[in-house]
Amino acid sequence: MSSTYLPAGLPAPSSGPDGLAEPYWEATRQNRLRIQKCQGCGAWQWGPEWCCHECHSFDMAWEDIQGEGVIYSYERPHHPVHAALVGHGPYIIVLVELPAYGRVRMVGNLLGDPRQTVEIGAKVSAVFEPHDGYTLVQWKLG
Amino acid sequence: MAERTLRGKTAIAGIGETIYYRHGKSPDSEFKLALQAVVKACEDAGISPSEVDGFASYGGDRSDAGRLASALGIKELKFSNMFWGGGGGGVCGAVGNAAAAVATGMADCVVAFRSLAQGQYARYGRGAPVASVGGDDAFLAPYGLMSPAQRFAMKVTRFMHDHGIGQNALRAISLACYHHAQKNPNAVMQGRPLDAAAYDASRWIIEPFFHLYDCCQENDGAAAVIVVSAERARDLRHKPSYLLACGQGSDHRSAAPVHNMPNYPSSNFGTIAQRMYDMAQLGPSDMGIVQCYENFTGGVLMSLVEHGLVPAEQANDILVPENLYVEGGKMPLNTSGGNLAECYMHGLELVIESVRQIRGTAINQVKRNDAAIVIGGPMVTPVSSLILGSEATL
Ligand SMILES: [Zn+2]
Repeated sequence: MSSTYLPAGLPAPSSGPDGLAEPYWEATRQNRLRIQKCQGCGAWQWGPEWCCHECHSFDMAWEDIQGEGVIYSYERPHHPVHAALVGHGPYIIVLVELPAYGRVRMVGNLLGDPRQTVEIGAKVSAVFEPHDGYTLVQWKLG
Repeated sequence: MAERTLRGKTAIAGIGETIYYRHGKSPDSEFKLALQAVVKACEDAGISPSEVDGFASYGGDRSDAGRLASALGIKELKFSNMFWGGGGGGVCGAVGNAAAAVATGMADCVVAFRSLAQGQYARYGRGAPVASVGGDDAFLAPYGLMSPAQRFAMKVTRFMHDHGIGQNALRAISLACYHHAQKNPNAVMQGRPLDAAAYDASRWIIEPFFHLYDCCQENDGAAAVIVVSAERARDLRHKPSYLLACGQGSDHRSAAPVHNMPNYPSSNFGTIAQRMYDMAQLGPSDMGIVQCYENFTGGVLMSLVEHGLVPAEQANDILVPENLYVEGGKMPLNTSGGNLAECYMHGLELVIESVRQIRGTAINQVKRNDAAIVIGGPMVTPVSSLILGSEATL
């Protein structure tokens, strides 16, 4: 059985060429989840950006967070959009809201049966899924 | 200071379309298709192509304005303009930009156009075959989220969930487009009717709401409209379709990375529709002609709601096929077949159909044809929509 949710061969994440997201990928490789927090006004921000959308400070720090959220929305693609997915069958993508961190949202796969019923509002927690050279954050119920 | 408005200052005086082809089937190159559409639009208006003095397009159109101007022997190019953003978000904005150029005297005769030969270039519905991805895609593609359908599906899921809207509403939109295409000889799907059973039986592209027939085609073709001043339009051969308003732009942070736009379950027209109605001095109930861009039927649903044409809480009741068919429907929708069944001409075919409706020359002619709303590609950002009207609306 494969150790990753989706088959090998999908594009790998890169933080280049501007390096904006590198602190995130550096942390996930150590099984830590972190996002941006503005040092000017305290706003949480995700995805990464060079300045704060609230106060326009460029002093954006990276802070570790707990990977606990709720399913905000989801989709179950059937049609393969990439050669690596041909013949694989359906899989689940979830949009997870993190209530404790300014309700920022993260995209990942929902682990488990790809045909399971998905409930908007269900609690999920982060799972680190190592790949060759990077680690993805996935989500499991509970 | 004079009132700042586009209302009634310009009109669409000519329309041109190539033959519409299935994806990859055009015998002609994309640029040749663009030239054909522009020449046809000029013929329709009764204007020589060499009199055109501006071009406006969108979606990163590859048919360069300078090259077009040179190929057509245009005497003096005064306006060239590209609306930012992908897909058909800019279709109405391109027409509005052409109108703004004419209304302000920057140019006199501006073509808004789109040309697309997807057989010649990459398709939209596939992820690029690359080893690594950066930017926003780094947080999406490794999870198998790559295509436009996948980028928008979770907006639709959440919108349907929030308002308790069912699949039948989306099915009605798809059936209406296919129904209207059956009488249209330039519709790619003419002769391929769709019924409810075939819709229901079609394969899932994405659960829970995207069947095959909820998704647009990919096609080859080109389309163009000629925008001139209202005064000039009155002297030309066709009944003018006056531009009453154009709205364009985006909601608050609608391009926030990794699906963090605050108003997530949205077509992105929330802040735009009222601004446009205000300029037109008309409201949703005045719109006898409704043309709404279908990249995906869920986007049509949200667009109709955000333009005040269908209240969300009544969507299950209003969005039934009989209401959307030209034969007696309360709100005939996409009367030439639209992106789903006429041609995925990135919405310019919807602008052209509105002009035919106002002229009274449409194949599926509506009775109440003084005011038309065209809603451009939803869920992308920025988006745009416009209102056209006959002389009676001025
Ligand atoms: Zn701040």
